[in-house]
Amino acid sequence: MASAATPVERGRPSFGRPRRARLPDEILKWVLTLLAAGILALIGFFFIRLYGEAHLAFSKFGWIGFTFDNSWDVSKSVFGALPLVVGTMITAGVALVVGVPVAVAAALYVTELCPRRLRTPLTILIDLLAAVPSIVYGLWGVFVVIPRLRSIEQWFSDTFGFLPFIGGHVAGPNYFIGGLILAIMIIPIVSAISREVIATVPTDHKEAALALGATRWEMIRMAVLPYSRAGIMGAAMLGLGRAIGETIAVTLVVGNAPEIGKHLFDQGYTLAAVIANEFGEAAATPIHRSALIAAGLVLFVLTLAVNAIARYYVVRAERTGTAAGALPGVTVTE
Amino acid sequence: MTSALLQTTSAGRRRRDVGMRGVLLIGTIVALVPLFLVLFYVVKRGIGAWSVTFFTTDPTGAFLGDPGGVKSALLGTIEIVLLASLIAVPIGIGVAVYLVEYGKQSPFARVVRYFVDVLTGVPSIVFGLFIYIVLILGGGFGGFAGWKGSVALALLMLPVVTRASEVVLNTVPDTLREAALALGSPRWRIVFRVVLPTALPGLVTGALLAIARAAGETAPLLFTAFAINASNFDLGKPMNSLPLQIWNDVRQAQDRLVERAWGSAMALIVLILLLTIPARILSRRSRTA
Amino acid sequence: MITVKDVRTRTNDEAEQADATPIAAAAPADERAPVERKRGHTISLRDLNVFYGDHAAVKGVDIAFAANKITAIIGPSGCGKSTLVRAINRMHEEVPGGHIEGEILLDDTPIYGDGVDVVAVRRAIGMVFQRPNPFPTMSIFDNVAAGLRLTGTARGKNLNNIVHDALRGAGLWAEVKGRLEKPAMSLSGGQQQRLCIARALAVRPEVVLMDEPCSALDPVATLRIEELLTDLKERVTIVLVTHNMQQAARVSDVTAFMLDGELVEVGDTEKIFTNPDDERTEQYVSGKFG
Repeated sequence: MASAATPVERGRPSFGRPRRARLPDEILKWVLTLLAAGILALIGFFFIRLYGEAHLAFSKFGWIGFTFDNSWDVSKSVFGALPLVVGTMITAGVALVVGVPVAVAAALYVTELCPRRLRTPLTILIDLLAAVPSIVYGLWGVFVVIPRLRSIEQWFSDTFGFLPFIGGHVAGPNYFIGGLILAIMIIPIVSAISREVIATVPTDHKEAALALGATRWEMIRMAVLPYSRAGIMGAAMLGLGRAIGETIAVTLVVGNAPEIGKHLFDQGYTLAAVIANEFGEAAATPIHRSALIAAGLVLFVLTLAVNAIARYYVVRAERTGTAAGALPGVTVTE
Repeated sequence: MTSALLQTTSAGRRRRDVGMRGVLLIGTIVALVPLFLVLFYVVKRGIGAWSVTFFTTDPTGAFLGDPGGVKSALLGTIEIVLLASLIAVPIGIGVAVYLVEYGKQSPFARVVRYFVDVLTGVPSIVFGLFIYIVLILGGGFGGFAGWKGSVALALLMLPVVTRASEVVLNTVPDTLREAALALGSPRWRIVFRVVLPTALPGLVTGALLAIARAAGETAPLLFTAFAINASNFDLGKPMNSLPLQIWNDVRQAQDRLVERAWGSAMALIVLILLLTIPARILSRRSRTA
Repeated sequence: MITVKDVRTRTNDEAEQADATPIAAAAPADERAPVERKRGHTISLRDLNVFYGDHAAVKGVDIAFAANKITAIIGPSGCGKSTLVRAINRMHEEVPGGHIEGEILLDDTPIYGDGVDVVAVRRAIGMVFQRPNPFPTMSIFDNVAAGLRLTGTARGKNLNNIVHDALRGAGLWAEVKGRLEKPAMSLSGGQQQRLCIARALAVRPEVVLMDEPCSALDPVATLRIEELLTDLKERVTIVLVTHNMQQAARVSDVTAFMLDGELVEVGDTEKIFTNPDDERTEQYVSGKFG
C-alpha cells in the first residue's frame, strides 16, 4: 500500500542551494571571465586595426622595404624606416650600457652594503626617478644636459676619433644624449627588479661564502651575482623595452634627423619620435599617416620581442631555482 | 707562531674589496644625482611662473602680451586622468580577481596573464595610435575629445593595475578563503567581504601608482585629446592637459611661454608626488601591519 | 728577533708542505698516503657573553675546546648552542645588533679586537651548516675549490690535488671522482653536506665548527658523516653542535651541556652520559626534558 513519501526521504537534508541564491556567484564569475576575455579580444583588435591602417604603407613599400630601406623622405612620400630602426637601437643600446650597470650597482649597494637605516630612504629615492614625467626629463635634457655636455662630447669626439663610430662634429641633440636620458629613465625599473632578485638570494649561500673567509665583495661575487644573474638579465631586458618605446623625452633630445648618423654624436631619429613629431602634419596625407602607423607597428613588434626575451630569462631564473618573482608593471611591495 | 695562523688577507684582496664597495657606492650616487639635478632645475625655473593667476586663468593663446595661466591644463589633466582611472581601476582589479579567484592556472587564465604581461610592455604612443585609429579615424565618434584621451590612458593603466592587483590578491592567505568557505559562504561574498577588504591597501597603492604614471604621460594624448586653450568640463570636446600644455609652450620662442612651461612642469611633478607619496606610505604601513 | 715577515715566510713554507700532503682519511689503505700529524689547535672561551642587541643569548661561558678532539655541545632548543658557535667564527656579527663581550682565543691569539682581520679568522675556523648549502651555480669541483680560489694560494695542478684530497677527506671522492664538473646540486642531500665538508676542509682550517650538520639528513647519510668525524679529528679540532644526544655519545670525546644560555657542565663524554655532576645535566641526558 502506497503511503506518502517515506519518513526517511522527508527528513533528508537538502544540500543544493536554491537556484536564486547561486545567481550572484554565476553572474560574478561570468562578468569577470568576460572582462578577462575582453583583454584578449582587445589585443586581437589592436593588431587588426593597427595593421589595417598600416597596410597602405606596407603594400606600397613591402614589409622588408618599409622596415629596412634607408629613405625617410616626407616631401617625396618615400618611407623607409631604417634610420628610425637604427636610431631606436642606438639610443636604446646606449641606455642599456649606461643605465643597467648603474641600476644594478645601486641595487647591490642598497641590498648588501648600505647601513640598515639608509636602506628605505635610498630605495624611495631611486624609485622616485620614475615619478618624474618623461616630458620633464626631455626638457631638462634640452636646457641643461645638451649645452653642458657639448664641450665634453666634442673633446671626446676629437680625442677618440680613431675609434669606430666616434668622431665628427657634435650636434647639440644627438644619439648619445638620447641614450643618456633614456638611461636615467630606465634606472628605477631595472633597479627595482634587480633589488627584488638580489633580495631573494638565500642567506645560506651568503653565509657559506663568508664562512669560507670571503671579503664582502667576494661574497657578492661568489654567492649573490651568480644566483641573480638570470633575474638581472630579465630586468635589463625590461629596461630595454622601456627605452625602445619611450617617446617624448627622446624626441626632444635626439635631433629628429631622419638619416643614419655616422657617429655617436650625430643627430638621429627613433620610431617613437617620428610618430610624435610628424603626426600632426601627417593626418591629412594618407600615405604619410599610414607610414607612421606602420612605424608604430614595427615599434610594437620590437617591444614584444624584447619583452618575450625578458620573460624567457625570468622563467629560466625561476626554473633553476634561482627565483626572480617580480615582473613588470608596478612594484607595489617595494 | 700562532699569530701566523691568522694570515691577514692579502693587500690585493683588501684593495679589491674596498675598491668594489666604493664602485657600488658611486653607482648609487650616480643613479641619484640626476633626480636632484632635475628637481632642483624644475623648481628653479618653474617657481617664478607660479602665481595666483597661473592657477586661475586659462592660456590666452596670444603670442604677445599676457600669455595667461594654465588653469585649463590643470583641470584637464585632473578630468582626463580621473575618467581614465574610473575605467581602468575597476576593470583591472576585476581581471585580477578573475585570475586569482577563478581562473588560477587554467589554460585560459594563463593566456590572459600572458597577454596582460604583453600589454605592460607596449609603448604609450602605440596606445595613442590605436585609439586614434579606432575612435577618431573610425568615424562616427567625432574628432578629438577628452574622453578619447582617457581611453588611451586607461589602456595604458589597465595592465599595470591588473598585474599589481594580482600580486596583492595572491598575498591574501588561502586560509582566510578556506575558513569562509567552510562556513558556507558563497564565492562572491568571499570576494567582496574577505578578499578585497584584506587586500585593499595594496590595491589602493597599485591604483595610485598607475594613476601617477598616467598623469605624466604625453604621447597618448597627442592625437586623442588634443589641446585647446579654454577650460571646459566637457570631456566630449578637445581638452587641454598639463603635458600637452608643456609640449606646446616649450617649443615657442617667447620667454614667458617657456617659463610657463616650466611652471607647468613643476605643477605636474607636484601632482604626481601627491599621488606617489601617499601610495608608498600606505604600502609601507600595510606591510608592517 | 723574529719579525712579522719571517713569520709569514715560515707559514708559507708550511702551507706548501701541507699542500703536498694529502688529507686522506676515508680512502682505502693502499690509496692512503702517509698522514702527517699537524700540531693541534685549541679554542678557548673566557667569560663569553653573546648578545642580540641588549639581550644576552649566551652568558658567562668559560670553556676550552681541546686540540684534535671532538667536543659536542648539547642542550634543548634555544639554549644558545648555535649562537655560541657562530660567535667563534665571527658569523654572529653579521646579524644586526650582534656583538660579544669576553674573549675568544685561537690557541693564544684573540680573534676579536682591533687589528684582527675577520676574513682571516674565518679561514682558520671553518663552519659546516645545518642545511647543506653548496653554491648552486657551481660544479662539484668549483665548490670545493671556491675557498682556495679566494686566497689564490693554489693554482693548477696544486689546486687539483687539494680539491681531490679534500673530497677524500670528506668521504665523497669515490662517489664523484668521475664527474667533478657536474653541478653540485645534482648530488643527494647527504652528498651535498659532505661536499660542504670538503669545501670547508680545502682551505686547511685549524678548527671546524659543525652546527647540527646532520639534522637535515636521513639516518644513512648521518651515519656516514659520523664515521667521517672520527677520522677528521686527526687533522682539525672539531666542535659539534647537536640536538641528537645519541650522536654526541657516539662520536664525541668531550661533551658540553648548555641550558638557557649558560654552560652547565662540561667533561668527558662518557662521564656526562653516565655520571654527570650536575642534576640538570642528569635530567637532560636521561630525557626528562628537552
